Amino acid sequence: MERIPILKMGPFLLVTIQVDLYDRLALTLENDLINMVSKTEAKGVLIDISAVSIVDSFMGRILGNIASMSKIMDAATVVVGMQPAVAITLVELGLTLAGVHTALDVEQGMELLRNKIGQIDTDEEGLYDSFI
Amino acid sequence: MNKESAAALKGKKKQILDTWMSNQTKDAALRDDLMSVAELQQQSEEFLNSLLKAFASSQAENPDSAGYEPIHDILSEISISRARQGFSPRETSAYILSLKEVLSQMLEERYKEDTTVLYREIISMNKIMDSLSLVTTETYIKGREEVILRQTSEMSEISTPVIRVWEGILALPIIGTLDSARTQVVMEALLEEIVATGSRIAILDISGVPTVDSLVAQHLIKTVSAARLMGAECIISGIRAEIAQTIVHLGIDLTNIYTKATLASALKMSFSMLNIQVSKAAQNGQIGSKQNFGF
Repeated sequence: MERIPILKMGPFLLVTIQVDLYDRLALTLENDLINMVSKTEAKGVLIDISAVSIVDSFMGRILGNIASMSKIMDAATVVVGMQPAVAITLVELGLTLAGVHTALDVEQGMELLRNKIGQIDTDEEGLYDSFI
Repeated sequence: MNKESAAALKGKKKQILDTWMSNQTKDAALRDDLMSVAELQQQSEEFLNSLLKAFASSQAENPDSAGYEPIHDILSEISISRARQGFSPRETSAYILSLKEVLSQMLEERYKEDTTVLYREIISMNKIMDSLSLVTTETYIKGREEVILRQTSEMSEISTPVIRVWEGILALPIIGTLDSARTQVVMEALLEEIVATGSRIAILDISGVPTVDSLVAQHLIKTVSAARLMGAECIISGIRAEIAQTIVHLGIDLTNIYTKATLASALKMSFSMLNIQVSKAAQNGQIGSKQNFGF
């Protein structure tokens, strides 16, 4: 069965979707990704959808689900490279993907994730300091 | 219209054309600045030839018959070209109506002694010419509508430029009312430009939008959401006092969107979002001297 590879890059997981997602593939991806987050204790998930030209409400919901699930497991989700047509479709469908961070390309998405990590680190340090 | 009248009119073709031409040129409605007399003469002759041929056909009474098809074509062509050239509707219909006058004159001469036939022939000729004049008006209006449609589409294209104000910052001054079709154009232009330039911030300036109702606000929110999905942040600027009042009175929620009163403050905000610092250069030499500006 076809699977979308999930790459580990330091504290982040990188997923690039190169094919048009059909429902079963999207569900498999959701499952694999969440398992991977829990296994690697990743701090961030970056999903590159620059090659995706068609989305439907289901796909929009899956993206939202992945983001919510990752958030519960303490990982931020960034969706990068969305095509204009895809963005318009999602807005017209009423899916604004609240809770999902977005960036123009992988580079900017990585930067965003790094900033998030930095924030978390300083927050935790602050927390630690207050304990002492 | 009987064969006899058709033949009689055909015999007097030269005379009809001359009188018609002189009627047209005499009329103040003729715009020789838009069309030369020679051009008009050629156009009229071509038209008259086809018309006389149709009169002689077996179905001369029926203006919708096959014999009149070439005439309709010529007439449509003339009306549409006149509509594009800027003739008024009066000038355009005067073309066919002045011919009607000439034809009645000719028929009158031919049937001077027999008024019953004259009456019948005039009526049938009138019927045909009126129907042709309707064709003229109809195609004239169609031509004008084409012009209007073209102008509308040009206007909506012209009025949505996406400007790159800084590296990574786009500005989109919206002028005029936002409707669904225009929002679509604006949204697409903006999103394409975001991809092309890799800009992270887009400023939507609505100082040129006369009124904001709930529909326009909805369109703006959609544009902002779409840009956000692609990873760019939008700032709406140029919100005037009365627009702020309407938005609040209508109960539109803009709390999730960055709003600024002027384009300048939106630009300032974008600078701080991108960690760009703009400051005055240290002055050396006279104030206002050309070297300060790098000349």
